[in-house]
Amino acid sequence: MIGIEHYVVVSSLLFVLGVLGIFLNRKNVIVILMAIELILLAVNINLVAFSAALGDLTGQVFAMFVLTVAAGEAAVGLAILVTYFRDRGTIAVDDINRMKG
Amino acid sequence: MIQLIAFYLFATVVIASGTLTIMARNPVHSVLWLILAFFNGAGLMVLAGAEFIAMLLVIVYVGAVAVLFLFVVMMLDIDFSELRAGFIKNFPLGMLLAIVLFVELFVGLVARSAGHLVLGKADGSGAPLAGKSNIEAIGALLYSRYLFLFEAAGIVLLVAMIGAIVLTHRQRSDTRGQNVGRQIARRPDEATVNVKPEVGKGVTL
Repeated sequence: MIGIEHYVVVSSLLFVLGVLGIFLNRKNVIVILMAIELILLAVNINLVAFSAALGDLTGQVFAMFVLTVAAGEAAVGLAILVTYFRDRGTIAVDDINRMKG
Repeated sequence: MIQLIAFYLFATVVIASGTLTIMARNPVHSVLWLILAFFNGAGLMVLAGAEFIAMLLVIVYVGAVAVLFLFVVMMLDIDFSELRAGFIKNFPLGMLLAIVLFVELFVGLVARSAGHLVLGKADGSGAPLAGKSNIEAIGALLYSRYLFLFEAAGIVLLVAMIGAIVLTHRQRSDTRGQNVGRQIARRPDEATVNVKPEVGKGVTL
């Protein structure tokens, strides 16, 4: 019998994998963006699982909005990446210190 | 029984492909593993009875976002081996953090099943699942109670689109674009000329 716990374990594993991906590929901003997509996938699985378990559709509607924001984030992130690469010829994240933040 | 097999299949593949996404040497392979992860995540959602979100995941993520990633990875000419330099060095800290995070999430799960806090009522009376098909119920909810949020999502997408275009658009000086005004202003009598060349003299152009 598959319960909500199974879904939560899968999605938390996926979430942790996304966080680990950000740590391991600290220089490669493309893989960092992909790790963020993994995190958002984990969140969506969680939302859908709880929506099904509690019998409330709001979770699925919310998952749709998460999807929207993720698509926008990927588009803008990759656009920034392309402009940065055009400017500097590299995408190593540690070198991004122009704004002295 | 078949649900059990399907769940464990999808769960195993989604975790494995997620791992390979962050571990793969070549970012193109990473994108392909990410696509596999999305497909299996969609499978998990279908199992939970959320067909609409699952199909949306396949269409939006695999159809648009992953292809965008693939496009950018292949377009940029980058030495990826150089970018992997800190991989081994960051591994222990990252692993430690990941384990701590997972244990925290797991403790939360255990605490929930031991008797969770009741912060609000989620008995499904607000937005019930049953009765209609999944997509019909989502549509009814989305176009009534969440109408303004839905339109806000549209604005988010519009802003993202305009932002991406503005960021990547480049004014190039060496191209010769179409000048519509000049084209329309051009008259036949100034564009063509009637000549009567003599025989054997050739023509001047």
